[in-house]
Amino acid sequence: MDYSSIIKDNLISLNYFLPELLLTGLIIVLVIADLFLKDERSPWLSFVALAGCVVVLLSVIAQFDLGSRSLFQHMLVVDPFSVFFKLLFLASAIAVIFLSIASVELAGRPVGEYFTLLIALTLGLFLMASSTNLVTILLSIEFVSIVSFVLATYLKTRRRSSEAGLKYAIYGAFSSGLMLYGLSLLYGLTGTLNLYEIGDVLASRDSNGMALTLSTILILAGFGYKIASVPFHFWSPDVYEGAPTPITAFLSIGPKAAGFAVLIRFFNVALAGEPANGASQWSALPELDWPMILAVVSAITMTLGNLVAIVQTNIKRLLAYSSIAHAGYALMGVVVLSQDGIYATMFYLAVYYLMNLGAFLVVIVFQDLLGSEKIADFKGLAWRAPVPAIAMAVFLVSLTGLPPTAGFIGKFYLFAAVIKAGPAFYWLAVVGLLNSVVALYYYARILKTMFFDKAAEENSISVSPYYVTLLALLAAPTIILGVYWAPLQKLATNSVEFLRAL
Amino acid sequence: MDNVLSWITFLPVVGILAILFVPKDNKNTVRIIAAVFTGLQLVLAVWIYRNFDSSTSAIQFSEQYKWIPSFNIDYFMGIDGLSVPMVLLTAFLSFICIFASWGIEKSVKGYFAMFLLLDAGMMGVFCSLDFFLFYIFWEVMLLPMYFLIGIWGSPSRTEEDGMVRGGPYAAIKFFLYTLFGSIFMLIAMLVFYFNVSDPVTGGHTFNMLHLMDQANHGGVLKDFDVRLLIYAALFLGFAIKVPVFPFHTWLPDAHVEAPTAVSVILAGVLLKMGTYGMLRISFPMLPDAMKWKYFAYGLAILGMINILYGALCAMAQKDLKKLVAYSSISHMGIVLLGMSGLTSLGMNGAVMQMFNHGTGTAMLFLLVGVIYDRAHHRQIDGFGGLAVRMPIFAAMMSLAFFAGLGLPGLSSFISEAFSFLGAFGSETFDLRLITVVSTIGIIITAGYFLWTFQRMFLGELNPKYAELPEINGRELFTLVPIGILVIVLGVYPAPLLDLIKTSLNELVEVVKAAEAPTMLGLH
Repeated sequence: MDYSSIIKDNLISLNYFLPELLLTGLIIVLVIADLFLKDERSPWLSFVALAGCVVVLLSVIAQFDLGSRSLFQHMLVVDPFSVFFKLLFLASAIAVIFLSIASVELAGRPVGEYFTLLIALTLGLFLMASSTNLVTILLSIEFVSIVSFVLATYLKTRRRSSEAGLKYAIYGAFSSGLMLYGLSLLYGLTGTLNLYEIGDVLASRDSNGMALTLSTILILAGFGYKIASVPFHFWSPDVYEGAPTPITAFLSIGPKAAGFAVLIRFFNVALAGEPANGASQWSALPELDWPMILAVVSAITMTLGNLVAIVQTNIKRLLAYSSIAHAGYALMGVVVLSQDGIYATMFYLAVYYLMNLGAFLVVIVFQDLLGSEKIADFKGLAWRAPVPAIAMAVFLVSLTGLPPTAGFIGKFYLFAAVIKAGPAFYWLAVVGLLNSVVALYYYARILKTMFFDKAAEENSISVSPYYVTLLALLAAPTIILGVYWAPLQKLATNSVEFLRAL
Repeated sequence: MDNVLSWITFLPVVGILAILFVPKDNKNTVRIIAAVFTGLQLVLAVWIYRNFDSSTSAIQFSEQYKWIPSFNIDYFMGIDGLSVPMVLLTAFLSFICIFASWGIEKSVKGYFAMFLLLDAGMMGVFCSLDFFLFYIFWEVMLLPMYFLIGIWGSPSRTEEDGMVRGGPYAAIKFFLYTLFGSIFMLIAMLVFYFNVSDPVTGGHTFNMLHLMDQANHGGVLKDFDVRLLIYAALFLGFAIKVPVFPFHTWLPDAHVEAPTAVSVILAGVLLKMGTYGMLRISFPMLPDAMKWKYFAYGLAILGMINILYGALCAMAQKDLKKLVAYSSISHMGIVLLGMSGLTSLGMNGAVMQMFNHGTGTAMLFLLVGVIYDRAHHRQIDGFGGLAVRMPIFAAMMSLAFFAGLGLPGLSSFISEAFSFLGAFGSETFDLRLITVVSTIGIIITAGYFLWTFQRMFLGELNPKYAELPEINGRELFTLVPIGILVIVLGVYPAPLLDLIKTSLNELVEVVKAAEAPTMLGLH
């Protein structure tokens, strides 16, 4: 390819890069606007950020009609799959901006950098979901990690926050190193950085199974770190506890979903054979049984997450372990190597966005009201502040996966995909379902504390209408999608398509 | 009347919405709304009873709409002779229980909202014919039950041995046990879905009628080992609900710690869901697995253990409510035994026993509630000579006790006799020894009921209770209708029997006709 056609390709690609360009523009606007604002804590910046996000949202929605297209010399891609995740990231960013506006934790701190970093993080997530080259995968993951470190330490005067950031950075550097080594092995085996070419090379000739397995496991370290799966989960409880709660909420959804996006794309494009006779089921490379590796990781992740969550006394740590467990559930869909599985994972992540964000919102409300994150301090709260308590009940029931909530439907699709794959993975479905029972135990314990235990004080606490509105906005769809989920299902079905070959 | 099943299922939900708009302090309005909606539900149930054609085993009052087309999930409701008595029982007991809950003062709105949600869930289970829908209703009941036992049950307390007991403990135990069972049902449901094809469209299906037709079974369901595993998974789900020994340990806790009306619903309706599930799902969908000799005899032996073990445990109880709880385990064993013989007599007896135990045990729990509200304890030995002080109460109690022990002339005599005779006369399996041993349970039951009656009501009046007020009008209002039903169905059981027998005889024929392979798989 000569230079002029490369330049031409890049220029054409810019048209399909509009949301990312807009986000970049928004970052610049925020930085400059911050200079001109006299009052550091002015709400204007959050409005600018929100308005910007809405504009980006429109441009992302417009991308649904574009189909699939490879950009910038196959560095990035735009396809319905990435668009679905971009929507999810934007929705998370918008929700987190709303959470941050009223947060007592963040009050009195400069907001310019905060919103700038938040939008930068969103840009990183966008790139993660659309990377199709080993270099862009690595760079976008690093981009997200480094911005996350800073956001996690945003309350730098609080010791736990600094500790969280440091741990996050150390684990991040470690797992990036492992992943980089794995990527270099893969490059050595195939001689290319492009995921599609890697897929072709691996499919066309026998590779050294040993080296391939090693490189896959090392690469999995990087993805596992992002989705917080065992054994790369150690950072998450500390970071979740130490970071400002709105950021915790964001970290538990955005980077996790992005991790899934890049993981699904990497495994299915580079390491899976084409579907035979157009079936919706793919086959893994014969020399590398990665579905089994992922199945084991999934089973261990959900079991460990749930078992450790039982003994937690701090609500944020508990939610951290529960989010580890949920990564395990969502992985089940990736294991079965089928359209249904990926679809189920995507559906689950969308539902998880609602219920997990909701749970964190309740944590923020209680934090503001009580100044405590200890579950023991929630005693009898249902009688003092019924609205957040009932909302919490909805979110926790959904997280457990009981009908009639969205969480049940999400889990139902995951288990259906696993059962459909045949008796080979029945065990995984059993492990997953037994884990739901374990999860019920600690989620119900929170309900017990809020509803059954006697409150230390009797006086009722009033919750601001702002929070009540936000709670209703998250709780209502959690229930409605549990009864009628066809729209979300349609969106996910249409988005399962990703660019599989050049 | 169109969509009568939707109305009867979702009326309580409408009631919940109405209750949510009532100001918190208008406690009586809330109670009246709950009574009105359950009353309407009872009216509809009676209408269904009068319009139900018992001469056919076909599904009646059916409604079918597409719900989630991409997954072939339908909103499919319909009832046959097996579900009708359960629908009647649910509507009847829910209405009665509203009045038994009149004295609840703590967060009245929350209580009745939860109660109505529970009511809707129960009704939905008995009316749904789409497995997915069935599962949703089945699970929807868990949460209200959890809150009803946890918030309005007895408060948490620390026992002498340092164990924390009480409502919250019983609530979570109930929740965990039932969820544990239902996850296995979920797996079985999904295996059915992916391996049964809709005869019309050829796609996967949750439609129970299609699932029952063996001609539609394919894929792994052709493999007898898988069928046995699926049967076992379903059995686990239903057995925990019944509860079958050794999955029964949640029951004494939940029944004892729950408020009176909730105990009534638990024992009167919820336990029946387990055996209903077996008859609606396990038996017709996997008849060959049911007839595998280890499962068939296993069912009968578990029934026997339930009868004897439950009765012996009941005899050992000092707490009256716990005694009634264990007597439920014993009486549900009779249902299992009656079902296991695959005879028309036994099957009809089992379903009648489900209904009659529902009414009988409801009376018992209501009466326990009456005495507890007055004396604030339930220790059997703490009373004595109460018949002098409370003759009407004593008369009611003796009626309930005699119904419980199966006295001829009262409803449960007929169903128990049918169940035992049916099991004894089984041609498919030789259950004679098991049945004979099980009948010892009747003697033990008579023993503990009579002994309890003697300790509580006869002899010297305990001076502490010389001023105990007699049972009041509201309480009588909840008890008398049940008492009448117990006597009428004891003397003239035909209305109930006619209702169910066509459907059940068909079920017996279907299961009997299935061939249990003996040379395959795990044998």
